[in-house]
Amino acid sequence: MKKVLIIGATSAIADHCARIWAARGYELFLVARNEERLQTILADLKVRGAVKVNKFCVDINCIDQHVELLNSAESTMSGVDIVLLAHGTLSNQESCEQSVEETMGEIQTNALSTISLLTLIANRFETRKLGTIAVISSVAGDRGRASNYVYGSAKAMVTVFTSGLRQRLFKSNVSVVTVKPGFVDTPMTADFKKGLLWVKPSLIANKIVRAVDRRRSEIYAPAFWFLVMIIIKIVPMWIFKRMRRF
Amino acid sequence: MTLSTISGWGNYPKQKSQLLTPPSQDELKAIIIKENGLIARGMGRSYGDSANAPKVLRTTFYDHFIEFDEVTGRLTAEAGITLREILGVIVPKGWFLPVTPGTSYVTLGGAIASDVHGKNHHIAGTFGQHVNSMIMVLGTGEVVTVSPSSYGDLFHATCGGMGLTGVIISATIQLIPIRSSLIKQKTIKADCIEDVCEAFENNINVTYSVAWIDCLAKGKRLGRSILILGEHAKSGSLDLVIKDPISVPLNAPTALLNYLTMKTFNSAYWHGAKHNQNRLVPLMPYFYPLDAIGSWNKMYGKAGFLQYQFVIPKAGGVANMRRLLEEIAKTGLGSFLAVLKQFSNANKNLLSFPTEGYTLALDFKLTETTIKTLHRLDELIVEMGGRVYLTKDAVMQEATFKATYHNWEVFESVRKNYGAIGKFSSEQSKRLGLA
Repeated sequence: MKKVLIIGATSAIADHCARIWAARGYELFLVARNEERLQTILADLKVRGAVKVNKFCVDINCIDQHVELLNSAESTMSGVDIVLLAHGTLSNQESCEQSVEETMGEIQTNALSTISLLTLIANRFETRKLGTIAVISSVAGDRGRASNYVYGSAKAMVTVFTSGLRQRLFKSNVSVVTVKPGFVDTPMTADFKKGLLWVKPSLIANKIVRAVDRRRSEIYAPAFWFLVMIIIKIVPMWIFKRMRRF
Repeated sequence: MTLSTISGWGNYPKQKSQLLTPPSQDELKAIIIKENGLIARGMGRSYGDSANAPKVLRTTFYDHFIEFDEVTGRLTAEAGITLREILGVIVPKGWFLPVTPGTSYVTLGGAIASDVHGKNHHIAGTFGQHVNSMIMVLGTGEVVTVSPSSYGDLFHATCGGMGLTGVIISATIQLIPIRSSLIKQKTIKADCIEDVCEAFENNINVTYSVAWIDCLAKGKRLGRSILILGEHAKSGSLDLVIKDPISVPLNAPTALLNYLTMKTFNSAYWHGAKHNQNRLVPLMPYFYPLDAIGSWNKMYGKAGFLQYQFVIPKAGGVANMRRLLEEIAKTGLGSFLAVLKQFSNANKNLLSFPTEGYTLALDFKLTETTIKTLHRLDELIVEMGGRVYLTKDAVMQEATFKATYHNWEVFESVRKNYGAIGKFSSEQSKRLGLA
């Protein structure tokens, strides 16, 4: 039985990961901002088979509470084996362009809060020489595009940070899994027109849980995004900058 | 504002629609108060246009269990959870759905709104008869707990009410105990419609019964069928294997399903079955054979198809069924799959479909003549005192609906009392002349 800490537990992807772990009988510690929804998920996971589920309600941007949050998770479950960082917001690119405050806020939520948590978790896992850290980044972080470069650059920071962290922690037997989902049909993306490339959060969750089991390094979910992003990345800049906003 | 193209499981008719996905109950309430002409939409498995509207409320993210009492078998869950998810949790604990339709890919809320029936209708009635209570958001934004004893009129309008009374948030249902996840299945071959109806009567005490019927056979063999009976096995393991479906990725070429291929399939199926065969089969393929193939609806091609299920009263039912089968055979339309079942009495739910008699479900590839043919069949069914299932309907005319769903006016008055009129409507409700 493993002990899992999930940050951003009310996100649809995290919720579905938690369901898989619950069905396996794992112990779970859920962290999110919305108390009511956290309670809904907690009750659900118990029915699905989780041995024990606890929750911690916090706005993840209150960085001064990160130590307390981690202490609480560790003492409640007496240790943590897996951490999933799944919190985030989908930035509104157009309004970010008009507001320094909003842009900084998005970078704070999607990158800096994650960096803070990773720094603390990495040191704890490194000392114990055990553990798996899974972080949800995004294909949007592979190349900045006009339509969502605020969100994309935050995710790029997460991708690069986890890449370095993975190398550092490798010798300590700690694995860092960077997950890059493509288009996922969740409440976060409710306003997007859905096409062929869109997948359900349960599918992404299956891939994340498998990647954690196998201690993978970096995964695209679904895998075809690897090819899509190679193509997007090799377009020469002199063409790329002239392309229609996408 | 982004518009997406949606349709029911029959892929006809299609509609440009704004999909609303409120992440919390508060936001759901806010949308209901602000918008008009909404309909809740779960898995989109009703066949026609009953979950089509210019604005739909997606409920599939409200898919959490709330409470499951493993001792009493009482289950409470959010309305957007699928029966498939529920089965994964309850079967290994020795419980099963009291009533289940032929697919597990429907939501709890959808099962209530359609007041679905299963192979045990003659014993257990419809799904709504096993709902203890539900929590709903009304058109006014008010949240109420509805049960047969509290807001009884709203309860009986909502079970089978096609989502037109409000939005179901969660429901509590009573499950039935099982000792095994296997089904003892028996097949009986019947040479004609009269024989199969008699076989239904002779097996009225068997829990599950349904007949596959060769609707392309004519003359003496008209209505030849394979009656499939089932009981939960009394012992064995409670293991449940839920496999991911094999998917049909693209629409099949329309020519693939034609009279000849259907005739061959139906004939092969009949001759392949064994009379009086007993065997043990796992629960999932027994109840949900088509769930093994994802998007089987694409086999009917891009144009889509029409499902048609009617019930005719038991008195004179056998002769009337023969007449209808003859009528269907005459058109040469042919149905790849046709299913016959005996219903017991109707319940108190205002728009619930089942009434005592025989029901036949067919699917027809959509062509120019299909709709006209169905309207002609509608006329015969009205004459015979029967009715057509709203969950499968895409083409019924207002007059047919109002002549056969006798409680429609009571239904409208309940909707009026609870602020549903104008708030909740679908393309189907508009077609059928509901306000």
